[in-house]
Order: sequence, then C-alpha cells, then structure tokens
Amino acid sequence: MAKPNLAVNVAGIRMKNPVTTASGTFGFGSEYAPFVDLNRLGAIVVKGITLLPRQGNPPPRIVETPAGILNAIGLQNPGVDHFIEVALPYLRQFDLPVIVNIAGDTVEDYAALAARLDGVPGVAGLEVNISCPNVKKGGLAFGADPDSAAAVVRAVKGATRLPVVVKLSPNVTSIVRLAEAVVEAGADALSMINTLLGMAIDIRRRCPALANVMGGLSGPAIRPVAVRAVWQVYQALKVPIVGMGGIVTAEDALEFIMAGATAVAVGTANFINPRATMDIIDGIERFLVEEGVPDIQELIGAAHM
Amino acid sequence: MVADMPANIVQQEQVGPGQYRLTLYAPVIASCAVPGQFVYIRCTGSLDPMLRRPLSIHGVNRRKGEVLFLYQVVGRGTALLAAKRNGEQLAVMGPLGRGFTLPEPGQRVVLVGGGIGVAPLVFLGHELVQRKNQVCLLVGARSAHQLPVGKEGYTAPFELAVATDDGSCGHHGPVTDLLEKILAGEGADMVYACGPRHMLRQTASLLARFGVPGEFSLEERMGCGVGACLSCVCKTAGKGGEPFRYRRVCVEGPVFPADQLVWD
Repeated sequence: MAKPNLAVNVAGIRMKNPVTTASGTFGFGSEYAPFVDLNRLGAIVVKGITLLPRQGNPPPRIVETPAGILNAIGLQNPGVDHFIEVALPYLRQFDLPVIVNIAGDTVEDYAALAARLDGVPGVAGLEVNISCPNVKKGGLAFGADPDSAAAVVRAVKGATRLPVVVKLSPNVTSIVRLAEAVVEAGADALSMINTLLGMAIDIRRRCPALANVMGGLSGPAIRPVAVRAVWQVYQALKVPIVGMGGIVTAEDALEFIMAGATAVAVGTANFINPRATMDIIDGIERFLVEEGVPDIQELIGAAHM
Repeated sequence: MVADMPANIVQQEQVGPGQYRLTLYAPVIASCAVPGQFVYIRCTGSLDPMLRRPLSIHGVNRRKGEVLFLYQVVGRGTALLAAKRNGEQLAVMGPLGRGFTLPEPGQRVVLVGGGIGVAPLVFLGHELVQRKNQVCLLVGARSAHQLPVGKEGYTAPFELAVATDDGSCGHHGPVTDLLEKILAGEGADMVYACGPRHMLRQTASLLARFGVPGEFSLEERMGCGVGACLSCVCKTAGKGGEPFRYRRVCVEGPVFPADQLVWD
C-alpha cells in the first residue's frame, strides 16, 4: 500500500498529521527539541499565555496519583509580549502550525489577547482556555457556565480572524451544553478535555499534597472520561474536535479519533517519554498500513457507524 | 548533548538503611556530565507510578562509560528502583540541569552535605581536587548508621568531617556547626551545599554573616525534567521591585547561587 495520508484540517489549521501537544506540557517547543523533530509534529499548542506575566502558584505544584498526576501550576507564563518577541521567532523556524493557548481574568483580557495575536506571523490559531481549574479568577469560572463561556468566545471571535479552538472542561454537568453554547457563539473547533479537578492528601504531614490544595488530574487515569466527552460532543455537533486526556500510545490516540476527534493532543505522556509524540505519529501510520486504510479521514468518528 | 536511552545496571548495592548506590552503563552521559547535573530515570515500565525520578550524579567513570548515583528510598518510585537488579535496563534522560560553577584553581572550598544530599558533592569534590582546589567535605546525618558517606573505611581524596544529631559519630549537633567553625577560623573562598531545606537555610545565613559566596543544589517535585511543565519551581530573588521570581529547578537549577534563593 502507498503511504497513507495522515493530513488533517482543523477549522483551517492544516496539520500534516493529527498529533499535536497539549498546552502546558510542551513549553514553547524548545524544551523538547533535543528529543523531538518539531517539523514532524502536526501542530504545537504552546503553554497558556496571559496579557501580563504571571508568577503562578507556590510549590509543591505536582503530585503523582495512580496512572495520573495532579498539577496546580497556576498559569505561570512570561506574558504575551515576551511570547511574541522570544518564543515565537524560535518556533517560526519550523514547518509547524503554532496554536496559542490564551487565558484571562476577564472577557476583556481574552479579547485583548486575541487582538494582540491577530495577524502576528507564525500564529496559526488560538486555543481559548476557559477551563483551567488552578486559577482563582477566569479559567473554569468561565468554562463552567454556558453564558459566560459564550461571552468569552464572542469577544475573541470579534477580535481576531484566526481560527478559534475552545478548550472545554470536564468539570461540568453537561459538556454537550457547553459545547453547543460556544459553537453557537462562533467557536471554529473544540479541544477536550482539560484536567479533572482533584485532590490528594499527604498523610504523613496531614495536609493537602499540593500547596494550592486542589489541582488538575491528567494522565491515563482520565482517558475514559475524555473519550466519552469526545464521543458525546461529536454525536451532538458537527464541529472539528481536538481530543486529549491520557493519550500515551498510538492506540490511545486512535480511540479518540474513532470517537470523533479530527486531531489529538499528547500531554502528560511527554513527561514519561519525551518522544511520545513521535512514537504516536509512527504508530498511527503503522496502524493505517496494517488495516489497509489509505486516509486517516476514514477513521474520524468511525466508531459511531 | 542530552541523551534519552536505555542504560544497563552495572551494579546496584545497598550501602545503608534505604540507601543505595547505583552504577549505570551510560557512556554518553558519562562523557559530558558535570558536577551538580542530574539524570531523569524511569523506575518502572508501568504507568503507576508514572513520572521519572531525578537523581543527582554521584560520580562518573568516563573511561568505563559509567555513571554513579547515591539515593535514598523515599517513596514508591525509589522503592521500585531499588528492586532493580544488575543487568536490568532503565530508561534514562540526561545529563540535565545546570551544575556547579567551579571556583578558581587553588581556592579553599567547603562542601556541606545533609544526609543523601552529599551525593552530588562527592562528584564535585573529586573534580575540585583535580583542579588543585583545597577541599573539605562536611557530612551531616541523624545518626552514625544513616551516614551515606563518611563511615569508617570511606576513602576520599579530600578532608572529611562528620556531624550527627545524636552524637553517635563525629560532632554532636548539626553539620552547620562545623561550617560555622571553619568560616570563623581559617575561612573559605566558596561553599557548596546540598541537603534538607532547614540545613540550606542555616547555611545561607552563615554565608551571609561571613560574606562567603556559595551555591546550593535544590530538590523539588518534577514533572518533565526539561523546563516545559513548570512544576519544580523555587523562589529566587526578583527583578525590578518584584518580591521574588519562580525559577525552574530542572533547567535554571538544580544549582543556584545561595544569595539568589528566597526563604519563606
């Protein structure tokens, strides 16, 4: 069989394969460049950016749980100007769509970030983070309520011509309702899921293991929840989905694709295996060859047939 | 040069209560590692526990391509690591992080190690002796049997003094007592330390009092080991009026100038 086609298109973001990185797990790319050929990634989703630099939460910021980790970084980042001046020129050297994850305390913050990044060379799209569980203002405060979520999306869409991907939280009663609200407000694509709100106790010290008390659970432990969310939203809406949550292997990625994801993001797995994204791309290609599938498009939502 | 590859266990030996010395055949790491750097090691093939463990480099044998570690079993990850036997393979990434800044040749240097924190200082001590520095290693532990090095029979090409909390070996009291005596007496040009937070804090205040520069190797819970996840941060001096700034132990450290660290 000829080489299968792995290319996908997420709301105008053209990816040479469906594999991207989950925000906050891959820095701004340079951190993993010693291990990964960045040119081979379908896209990169960079660490969440705010208008002004942020310090983030005090340590400890991470704790292990069975088949997962809890983190409470608190959106530490150098701010959008530093990102544009320092991180972006580095990424522009590569043949790689850059999706910028943006986070704000107010609707106006999101709009200002979208306007600032509009037309900046090398930015292929925005991922709107309305689902971070580790910050007091903004974050999940927007993502848990359909009206607030829609307000953020309308503001972002009004401020940019870039494709807008909205990252949804699983910490809601109905992720489908949230998805409908943001798509109605103009979201071009959805990414799901962000981390699940969780907590661990250090029993020797008799206190919460994270300084922030609660954190976001990621890793293989959350994969069934994420696959279910992708399945439900694909069933309800015709919108491109970037699926993520505990993807470690190509088989895991294919589950998401067959549940309805057009692309997938690899997060926590990068920490275990810095070459996880490369192994997953190779594994997907191998699967297509073995199964005699000429084009990855055939598998998107295939489990719904 | 950073490698991510499997490495064979040449030797795994218990050297104390919960303390192990691990020798890996990892020629790329052995060829380029400098004192203070660490290696990120996968302790198990399963996904629970998932994260790698950062182990500071205790020594290298560049000729044989071997890297040595001295570690303490503190949780499930290190317990699984301790159960690995000679000949088994481990996934290792390294060398990672910024190591110690080396002093001018001939300068007098004191190394202060608390417990297993002595591990990277032994590598540094050997390097410094080769550079014709005058080196004294101070080792502190709760009790004689918990001394990771400094026990009877331990040979090192540098001066060694021991302190124990219970007085069962060497000076009866904290290891920083020994440092204070040296700084008040013959003095030192540079002090390097690694150990528990309270020991480092005490060392920092002694250095400030005597006006001696120093560098500390820190430990913090890590996620990625390469600077991407921002999990392993520590508080350092801020710029332009900010009270502090978080820096990543895995890439901006694990070694920091003592006067740059902010203690709560």
